Amino acid sequence: MDFLNILNLTGGELIGAYTAAYVLCALGLAMHFGFTGLLNFGQAAFAALGAYGYAIATLTFGWPWYSATLFGLVCSALFAVALGIPTLRLRADYLAIVTIASSQALVSVFGVGQYRDVTGGSNGLSQFGESFYALNFLPDQRIELGVLTYSSNEVFIRIVAWSLVILGALLLLILTRSPWGRVLKGIREDEDAIRSLGKNVFVYKLQSLIIGGTFASLGGMVFVMTSQTNQPVTWGTDFTFMTWTILLLGGAATILGPIVGGMVFFALLMFLQNILEGLVNLGLLPFLDIAQVGQIRYLLVGLVLMLLVIFRPQGIFGNKKEMQFNG
Amino acid sequence: MNRLLKGPARALRVLIAGFLIFAGLLSASPAHAEEADPSTYAYTIAGTMLQEETPIPGIKVTATLGDFSASTTSNEWGEWSIMVPELGQYQVEIDKSTIPEGFALTDAENGALGIADLSETDFAAVLFSFGADTSVDTSFSDLLIARIFAGLNFGLLLAIASIGISLIYGTTGLNNFAHGEMVSLGALIMWITYIVLDQNILLAALLSIAAVTAFGWAQDAGIWKPLRKRRMGLNQMMIVSIGFSIVARYLLLLFFGGDTKDIGGGGNIIELGPIFTSDITLIGMAINVIALAGVALFLTRTRVGKATRAVSDNASLAASTGIDVERIIRIVWLFAAALTGLAGVLYGLQFQASWLTGFDILLLLFAAVTLGGLGTALGATVGALIIGMVVEVSTLFIPNELKYAAALVILVIILIVRPQGVLGKKQRIG
Repeated sequence: MDFLNILNLTGGELIGAYTAAYVLCALGLAMHFGFTGLLNFGQAAFAALGAYGYAIATLTFGWPWYSATLFGLVCSALFAVALGIPTLRLRADYLAIVTIASSQALVSVFGVGQYRDVTGGSNGLSQFGESFYALNFLPDQRIELGVLTYSSNEVFIRIVAWSLVILGALLLLILTRSPWGRVLKGIREDEDAIRSLGKNVFVYKLQSLIIGGTFASLGGMVFVMTSQTNQPVTWGTDFTFMTWTILLLGGAATILGPIVGGMVFFALLMFLQNILEGLVNLGLLPFLDIAQVGQIRYLLVGLVLMLLVIFRPQGIFGNKKEMQFNG
Repeated sequence: MNRLLKGPARALRVLIAGFLIFAGLLSASPAHAEEADPSTYAYTIAGTMLQEETPIPGIKVTATLGDFSASTTSNEWGEWSIMVPELGQYQVEIDKSTIPEGFALTDAENGALGIADLSETDFAAVLFSFGADTSVDTSFSDLLIARIFAGLNFGLLLAIASIGISLIYGTTGLNNFAHGEMVSLGALIMWITYIVLDQNILLAALLSIAAVTAFGWAQDAGIWKPLRKRRMGLNQMMIVSIGFSIVARYLLLLFFGGDTKDIGGGGNIIELGPIFTSDITLIGMAINVIALAGVALFLTRTRVGKATRAVSDNASLAASTGIDVERIIRIVWLFAAALTGLAGVLYGLQFQASWLTGFDILLLLFAAVTLGGLGTALGATVGALIIGMVVEVSTLFIPNELKYAAALVILVIILIVRPQGVLGKKQRIG
């Protein structure tokens, strides 16, 4: 087993573009769940709308990157409104079921063969990043970051992704510290009390849903831009639950939580996967094969999610008082 | 120097040269084969080409993923398989020019394309549909009747599976996302006992139901009871159940593999007017109806059933009248798990069993329960019948891939109009 290589791969996950994509989605979820108390189990749908919005605007309409990005964001905002109006008046557990159902319904539309010309059907879409990567100002050569080497575009997407994370985190910080953000936290703690103060709780929740959804759709765009492929299977419930695990690992009602949670989570996953693969290759785990190691990865996601919620619901950074889950 | 080589020495040189060339060839061919030696590939895509049960030989199939591409042709039994080197979503395509005379794709335009999803499993089956589309010459009313029948059957299956969710929610307040895995477990244990161990069908079904019941009991005793003791919030418990569902699902995948298992073999075809069904389906429906009636009798006529409803209504009030709430919850878990196991067995017999069987229908189950009104057992039945009907009848109007989506959209619409569900009580909404 090559430990140096494993450590390098693990370190690579800390700054990976996929990590940043999940972190953006988790920041959006922090807005929804951590600060407003909305149990949104449809975060994958917002990410999918960002990804598909961007890809379709580029490939079908031939738009440049900035209009395509805007289109993706508008799609996700419209979805937030369409989803929010019927569901935000429901109790939290109804909201959970309806968001997950809407998300699955939406994603299954993307996979339908009849719309293949636009959505690519179950194959999805690819090669939509030309306009975006044309912005790459870095020299076109392999770039060494410590022990890891990346292509110019790989570094570029990482710079963009983590810049988005930093900007997003700052925006979230400003929003949650504002009077508006205090109303949101009030809604999380006691909806009726806020209502009695004359605030329109529904509108605040809807705004939170839209803003958090926008974060997720940016995350979705980063996710598909990395490999320039966008497939409907990506946006299943596993994507949503992975985002939840990251959020709860870091701490739901914190800004730093989703960021560190995402980095720690993916570094751990990569580390464990490589260790397991190494052990399988050495023949030390005769009951497993390499394909099953990938399955264990998901099993661990579930296990981490369970254990976190049971034993440390406030996550790494959270404050237990802020994490009552209002159940 | 060369001139000095004579006789045997020269022969030896020729031999060495020949050996070197041969060795060169040998070493060249494995080097070449490293790129394309299918025997080292670990993953399989396979299928069978059939037109109305007649195998179709000689059709060329190609699987592609990125730069990788491999082809094969179907054998005399219509079977084909392609070994591939890595996991991923493979595009599988038939070479239409190799389809023999007398055979044709059902969908000449898109029917030659398929997808093999090897992203999580090491085996994927791809089926291509051949032969005339039999639905073309069927009248709409006949189609509708057939779909309504299918919807009734599917709705009954959903009902028996969703009553468990409803009962558990009613008594403990938990939305159990790990419920689907109990359905999968029932179907997979049925596959083991009935097909692999070749037991009598009744014995196999009873063993499967017993296994799921034991799983339900263990789940409650091991996870949910301790969490209730800690007075954990319900939303928190719901997220724990999501985590547990992922763990259970991937454990099923590790133990049973990713392939889909055929259990019932379809049974014997029975024709009732425009409805084509099988003896297995009809018997399954009868069992479902009996089980549903049994649930209704249990809840309304027995002491434990009445106590269950009392706990659902108001647990602390029930406790103060002397009902042992924990005991009722334990019974509800056993009862719910047994019903869910039965649903898994019947689902597996009529359709197929895989690690995703329950997860695929989980959202439909939640839709059924939510539609009927969370926590009312009768409501879940009504909701399930509506959902089953919508799923099957919608295929007449929209693409087949969207049938589950249609049911979920109906759920959202009904919740806008009547947030407490069809039979729910108003106080249950937020």
